[in-house]
Amino acid sequence: MKLTRRDALALGAGAAVFAVAGGRAGSAWAGLEDTEKAVMEFTGGATPASGRITLDAPEIAENGNTVPISVSVESPMTDDDYVASVLILAEGNPNPDVATLHFTPMSGAAEATTRMRLAKTQNVIAVAKMSDGSVFMDKKEVKVTIGGCGG
Amino acid sequence: MISRREFLMAAVATGAIMGPGTAGRWTRAFAQQRLSEDALLEMQPVGNVTLVHITDIHAQLKPVYFREPSINLGVGEVAGLPPHVTGKDFLTLYDIEPGSPEAYALTSDDFTALARTYGRMGGMDRVATIIKRIRAERGDNMLLLDGGDTWQGSYTANKTLGADMVEVMNALRPDAMTGHWEFTYGTDRVNELVESLPFAFLGSNIYDAEWEEPAFEAMKTFERGGVKIAVIGQAFPYTPIANPRWMIPGWSFGIREEDIATHVEEARAGGADVVVLLSHNGFDVDRKLASRVDGIDVILTAHTHDALPEPVIVNDTLLIASGSNGKFVSRVDLDVRDGAVQGFGYRLIPVFSDVITPDAEMAALIDKVRAPYEAELARELATTDTLLFRRGNFNGTFDDLICQALLEEREADIALSPGFRWGTSLLPGDAITVEDLHNACAMTYPAAYRSTMSGQMLKDILEDVGDNLFNPDPYYQQGGDMVRVGGMGYAIDPNASMGSRISDMTLFKTGEAIEPGRDYTVSGWASVNEDTEGPAIWDVVEAWLAKNPVVTLEENRSVRVNA
Repeated sequence: MKLTRRDALALGAGAAVFAVAGGRAGSAWAGLEDTEKAVMEFTGGATPASGRITLDAPEIAENGNTVPISVSVESPMTDDDYVASVLILAEGNPNPDVATLHFTPMSGAAEATTRMRLAKTQNVIAVAKMSDGSVFMDKKEVKVTIGGCGG
Repeated sequence: MISRREFLMAAVATGAIMGPGTAGRWTRAFAQQRLSEDALLEMQPVGNVTLVHITDIHAQLKPVYFREPSINLGVGEVAGLPPHVTGKDFLTLYDIEPGSPEAYALTSDDFTALARTYGRMGGMDRVATIIKRIRAERGDNMLLLDGGDTWQGSYTANKTLGADMVEVMNALRPDAMTGHWEFTYGTDRVNELVESLPFAFLGSNIYDAEWEEPAFEAMKTFERGGVKIAVIGQAFPYTPIANPRWMIPGWSFGIREEDIATHVEEARAGGADVVVLLSHNGFDVDRKLASRVDGIDVILTAHTHDALPEPVIVNDTLLIASGSNGKFVSRVDLDVRDGAVQGFGYRLIPVFSDVITPDAEMAALIDKVRAPYEAELARELATTDTLLFRRGNFNGTFDDLICQALLEEREADIALSPGFRWGTSLLPGDAITVEDLHNACAMTYPAAYRSTMSGQMLKDILEDVGDNLFNPDPYYQQGGDMVRVGGMGYAIDPNASMGSRISDMTLFKTGEAIEPGRDYTVSGWASVNEDTEGPAIWDVVEAWLAKNPVVTLEENRSVRVNA
């Protein structure tokens, strides 16, 4: 499953059925301001709380061209209470929008693993939108280094 | 003049696990006794289980001089905390007499004079004597754990692709090991050697890079004296970044703290009385990890080559720092009752090679593995008038020598030498043999490149390495020292943020500032990039030594530290 334009390769998502939204084309987005704008657009203006969503990413990328990350959201995933979607952003990329994952109660669990390209050291952000409209965010800094002088 | 066999002796740190963080002074109790093999090794046993830890041997089979750093800065929360304490501050902190054997073993002041008095340290035949004695005392109630960086760092290890060290270590009968430089022999060789081991090679944080599945055994549980001990292995998290990823493309590493937490829970659920992390994270990473992951009784630290005479206690976890190059063996006695550690005894045993009798069997084995190379090892290339050493955050004289050789032999404006923490020391007047040279540069990617870099690129490299060393969050540190420079100078503020630590970059040849947009000819070695071209670094240095048969180095003033 290749995610066009984003160099993100979805490897699997447990039992989740998810689709990847096409992000906004073009280069209108760049940097922090656009990341904030994207979050606000996704949440409908609500400021995300912390908790419930966990973003796992390496502290230092082994290869900035393909950085593995995974997200999981605590949720009973019932008809009344489930994770609707998860937005993944890379704050420092020319186009911060990486992917939007959509879930349904049928997904069973809101978990996904993917890989992304990171142009430089930056924050990766994951925002979850619940079926009741509440939103949660997790953030992790991933360092992209030249490497080679450890030991 | 103190005779070599009349040293003052090192004492034992004992304490309750819930103690205040330091566990009794190292030297006070035995301060006036004379040092002998018995005095060095005798320890009032504590409890029912003993862990013996040795790490970062870097393939040093024979006794060596190894000067500890005079500068080892800590940033952020760990500023001024061990192991970021050196020289007189270290002696004061641990109540060690200046000029004593302990001062010689653990610090750098008066190194040359003390080295002439107290002699070389280490030697795997001496280490064997220590381990055999503890084994005789403690019977089966002992685990021998190797923290890694064992198979690399010498001429013979490089020639045999680690086989000499595997043979020697097997004779010591370890129970488990983990690794870092081991991986620089590449996937196939690592697999071959690991499969041959009669003990476990553990790496909780080594994953198949494609499928994100564990690639190595994470944990092994041992039963010793009725006590169940779970040992979790943690390889160096940044191996594919600090060393060539192309040599091990199928493996991914990382700290993966949550995996360790999971294994600790599994171990406890499986009835483990003691949980040990055999780690190659580096001391600061392990200190942070201990504060965040509950339930680890002992972390046997490695990688950053620190030797601390007492455990550092964080969140009820004992952090043990056992030094490098065979200079020390750690003995951790644990009193385990009712499924928990109730108390401990600790001894950082300094391996004074003139005091501890070599084990005859091991001495013979070492002679055997070295025999095919003995003539070449002993070949003299030059003599040095200057103390040669590597450790220190910003420079070391052995790297000054290497940088000078790169500048002149490769006709470069600027030389770069990586901030490795391995590499042994030589005293003024010593011959520099092939063995000594290789102790400073034996590796599987030794090409000395010559290329053009812009001033901006040079700045980016210095900033990048500076952040690996001085990022205030230990999880972002890679554990080496600053890349060494020749032909240029710079100023550094370790406490500044990434991108603004480095300033005043100056090209010595012209005395002018290094300009971001200008190109410079740079020579260096140990590039992690595939297809790096150039002669091996040892050939470059040997050629330079042939023209400079007596090495005299001026004091290095290329780095100004703005604190």
